[in-house]
Amino acid sequence: MSQQSQQTQITRTVKRLSLIVIGMSAFAFALVPLYDLFCEITGLNGKTGGPYVYEEASVEPDRSRLIKVNFLTNTNEGMPWQFWPGKGAVRVHPGEAKTVSFFVKNTTSKPMVAQAIPSLVPISATEFFHKTECFCFEQQLLQPGEEVEMPMRFIVGRELPKNVGSINLSYALFDITDRVDISTISGSPVEDQLPPVGG
Amino acid sequence: MSEVIHADHHDDHDHGPAKGLKRWLFTTNHKDIGTLYLWFSFAMFLVGGVLALVIRAELFQPGLQFVQPEFFNQMTTNHGLIMVFGAIMPAFVGLANWLIPMQVGAPDMALPRMNNLSFWILPFAFGMMISTLFMEGGGPNFGWTFYAPLSTTYAPPSVTYFIFAVHLMGASSIMGSINIIATILNMRAPGMTLMKMPMFVWTWLITAYLLIAVMPVLAGAVTMMLFDIHFNTSFFNAAGGGDPVMFQHIFWFFGHPEVYIMILPAFGIVSHIIPAFARKRLFGYTSMVYAVASIAFLSFIVWAHHMFTVGMPLAGQLFFMYSTMLIAVPTGVKVFNWISTMWRGSMTFETPMLFAIAFVVLFTMGGFSGLMLAITPVDYQYHDTYFVVAHFHYVLVPGALFSIIAAVYFWFPKWTGKMYDETLGKIHFWLSFVGVNVTFFPQHFSGLAGMPRRIPDYPLQFADFNMISSVGAFIFGLSQVFFLYVIIKSIRSGQPAEGRSWEGAKGLEWTLPSPAPYHSFTHPPVVKDEEVLG
Repeated sequence: MSQQSQQTQITRTVKRLSLIVIGMSAFAFALVPLYDLFCEITGLNGKTGGPYVYEEASVEPDRSRLIKVNFLTNTNEGMPWQFWPGKGAVRVHPGEAKTVSFFVKNTTSKPMVAQAIPSLVPISATEFFHKTECFCFEQQLLQPGEEVEMPMRFIVGRELPKNVGSINLSYALFDITDRVDISTISGSPVEDQLPPVGG
Repeated sequence: MSEVIHADHHDDHDHGPAKGLKRWLFTTNHKDIGTLYLWFSFAMFLVGGVLALVIRAELFQPGLQFVQPEFFNQMTTNHGLIMVFGAIMPAFVGLANWLIPMQVGAPDMALPRMNNLSFWILPFAFGMMISTLFMEGGGPNFGWTFYAPLSTTYAPPSVTYFIFAVHLMGASSIMGSINIIATILNMRAPGMTLMKMPMFVWTWLITAYLLIAVMPVLAGAVTMMLFDIHFNTSFFNAAGGGDPVMFQHIFWFFGHPEVYIMILPAFGIVSHIIPAFARKRLFGYTSMVYAVASIAFLSFIVWAHHMFTVGMPLAGQLFFMYSTMLIAVPTGVKVFNWISTMWRGSMTFETPMLFAIAFVVLFTMGGFSGLMLAITPVDYQYHDTYFVVAHFHYVLVPGALFSIIAAVYFWFPKWTGKMYDETLGKIHFWLSFVGVNVTFFPQHFSGLAGMPRRIPDYPLQFADFNMISSVGAFIFGLSQVFFLYVIIKSIRSGQPAEGRSWEGAKGLEWTLPSPAPYHSFTHPPVVKDEEVLG
């Protein structure tokens, strides 16, 4: 083999291998949306989906089953707010819409922004737990000492696997004040602000 | 590239190396670069070893004796990073540089200048990483797996240096791999078909493909960390819609092929040494090639066995458990082939053979503890305990490292033209063999009893096992200093070696004189079947 044709072949090999490197670099970043998509379809990471749209009248609740839904709240490390559910648990029939309340209070002396992140177990129930309205779809801007009630309306799908008798929905509240521009958030996102109730 | 042609035109002159420091800075010679890689990896091996001894000294007794937990965490992290990326991987690249051109009958690597670059960015990468240990806030302390958010939100300020160091290491590995593949695919001597290639060349070809496939993923992971830390993104931050578990998936998608990157070339080395000292052809060459290819393929679909406890559905746990266990099949093929090669062989037990046999025995033990870890339900007990530490040290120390040491003894006469001192070599072997087992075998027991990894202090019931382990570690550590002495003494005053330094050694490199001339195979050699197939 002559030197010239060997050089040509080496150049060709290097070009092909470089394509693999570029492709795998792109793949590494493509893993992020792929991971989200995979989790959304399978519900594997316990994240409940976005706003759910349906016609309430079209669904007949399954009166033969009663599902217990437990609500857990916690604040992430370094988050001084108070955060608690109105009720620790409710019982619902699959297909029946239910509204519950959560409360947050900004215990600090400065305006802060928070974001609640849901996590649900068992994961086999994730894709059947639908929320039509949730404070976790928005960010919460609270003035010093302000307390608000936040509604969450959900419906447990009738297709919920038979072996699931109770569902635990946990919210972790994160302080995202440093990550957002407060001026872009217009007031408190929750419209029906209530006077402070004892907490 | 013009240098290759240049050398060809003047090949009747002997172009010796340049003199002094410039020889090493600007060299494009595969033998020089191989030497640089090997010395660099040995230096990193000693640095990583010192960190390991700090760990073992602290764990000699319960309670805090020598270092604080913050510093201890930096020791475990940097020990892992330096040994994986600084010692084992560059040592294999060094062996590849020295051996692949000679074994395929090529005059040099395909891309000699890139070869120089891929070595010379390594000292900068590790200089940067090690310098963080002296910075305010300390160096990386989040474990060699650098799980987010430990390595992002809670990382020391020096983490950015770590990120760029990993980028440089990745660039070096990718360039090295491209070079190796380009050499193997295009520069083999006429007549050397793929299925006549020496096993070391085969294993490195497959390893190099693994490297160019997963190193970009590692680079992507650390780049995402960089963005999360400095540019307010939320790849791994739950508050912003990211997911810390995703980090583990991305990391182990790189990480599992990475552990095979550190063992496949070892398989190649052992497949040369055992036939040479058993004076028999390697048993089942074709099955060896397919076994390596199968292991490489399987390495891409088993990553989540490192993270059974993150909360995975049953189907996922079963898939990753069974796919992991499937790896035992091709690995078993290899182990049985090595044993069959020795079967009824006319065996002698020189130092390289001792290390190679110890490799087969002890690597298999590491493989079996790996099978135990693959069983999902029991992994919940073993996860993040010293059992895991014992497992991966058994496959990396008497596995990968022993194969590198065996290779150094085996090809030492070819590289230097001198024989090492057989008595000293055997002393080194027995010290290492005893040291490694005394260090790591008790860790199986402390792990099964529940001792967590990465802790500077432990409950009293683990005291005896840890004391034995620490004694073994110092024996092993000092015996590697002895290795350095053996090597230097043999370079200075070893007996002259023959071209074919071992009676049973087969392969094109043994047709060259010892030491191998600075430029070898400027004309392609004639490939004879009895030479390349053993």
